[in-house]
Amino acid sequence: MNTRTQVLLWTAQRASAVVLAVCVVVHLVTIVYAIRNGITAVEILDRTRGSYAWCGFYAIFVAAVAVHAPIGLRSVLAETLNWRGKGLDLTVLATGLALALWGFRAVYAVFA
Amino acid sequence: MSTLRVSVWRGQESGGYQEFEVPRLASQTVLDVVTFIQRELDPTLAYRYACRVGMCGSCAMTVNGRARWTCRTHVDNVAQGGQLEIAPLRNLPVVRDLVTDMTPFFDKWARARGRFQGGATRKDDFARVAPGSPARQLADAGIECIGCGVCYSSCDVVAWTPAYLGPAALNRAWTLVNDVRDTGNRARLAAVAGDAGCHACHTHMSCSERCPKQISPTAAIAGLKRATALAALKGEL
Amino acid sequence: MKSDFRARNHPAYWAFLAHRVSGVLLSLFLPLHFWALGRALQGDAGLDAFLRWSEQPLVKFAETVLVLLLAAHLTGGLRLLALEFLAWRDWHKSLLALAAGVTLAAGLAFLLNVI
Repeated sequence: MNTRTQVLLWTAQRASAVVLAVCVVVHLVTIVYAIRNGITAVEILDRTRGSYAWCGFYAIFVAAVAVHAPIGLRSVLAETLNWRGKGLDLTVLATGLALALWGFRAVYAVFA
Repeated sequence: MSTLRVSVWRGQESGGYQEFEVPRLASQTVLDVVTFIQRELDPTLAYRYACRVGMCGSCAMTVNGRARWTCRTHVDNVAQGGQLEIAPLRNLPVVRDLVTDMTPFFDKWARARGRFQGGATRKDDFARVAPGSPARQLADAGIECIGCGVCYSSCDVVAWTPAYLGPAALNRAWTLVNDVRDTGNRARLAAVAGDAGCHACHTHMSCSERCPKQISPTAAIAGLKRATALAALKGEL
Repeated sequence: MKSDFRARNHPAYWAFLAHRVSGVLLSLFLPLHFWALGRALQGDAGLDAFLRWSEQPLVKFAETVLVLLLAAHLTGGLRLLALEFLAWRDWHKSLLALAAGVTLAAGLAFLLNVI
């Protein structure tokens, strides 16, 4: 991986961090508000079913996480296990794709 | 008279601590202790010093786990229960005992293009650089570095990522990035970017914490992150 | 020779540790989170069964820990963005205390509403 790509990865991680900052604040506030007096599936799904706003919000959330987490894990694995190079990069890319896939599935599950 | 129990590293990367008993004196520095050991107790002890007044950085060692200048470290400030542990600087090859090989440190300085590259000739007028200008103030904040290696020795990323240029080299590069007379910054930004460059810094701030000249390599590295990101986005990297 | 805790025992390093540990743990948690939400594909009952299981005190405790981890990673991350993108200022040192405070506030808000 050349230097320019490494710098762009860092930039993508910081950019996704900014997106996630907004998403996480919304998510935390929503959770604390929603879990008052217990939580049921109906309460969650009433909010998200058929709501393009929530669907869009969570889709952006998943996309940002799928960018942010793998890039972070790449550093952690490289520094902890001294694992560097194509093998690590492909593994981390696979992690990102998996997170995106499962995440969009979950978004669909609460929207449809 | 009270005594100090001093554990001193002997050997190379593999070796062990040797115990010495050193008379404790008022206003004693750790360098005084090491010098006493070498002159009075064991002449085979290898160590480095020069100015002994906190100007040259040659006497830097690991004292009780932290990198510091031994000539500027009073025993009273560090000896816990009359004990001292003295080892060579970390993250550098050990030549013998307390002496490290500074070659990798300065090699990385060169790799980070920590050398001024000018474009003027003797026929040109002097450059005029306002001391109060923002760029000059940023450069001045890091210009007092004497290359002692304390920050490099304190950095965990240097330990985890052997190719990492390290705080001192990156700090120097930043002072040159902010030097309006320097003409080599495009290549310099390329040299300091990436997995072995400024982007490997995780803001542990051990470097800034330990620098005997109160320089903040962390601030310099943050500046380099911004400058390189901008260059990459503009296609100049 | 490697550093030991004596060299690492300062606030900015603790901040790094908290940020790295929380990031790794959250990454490990996410697949579970997505799987649990995916149960809604089997209708309300699928999700409800999981939510009923999560009523246990131990799970509520784990959820509180997760909220703390998320808040810690968020506030620590905002601190890092400030350190990296804003011109260096002395008050940056206080960012860590601020981050820790907000983290605890978030965790407390969750805990008080869930018990």
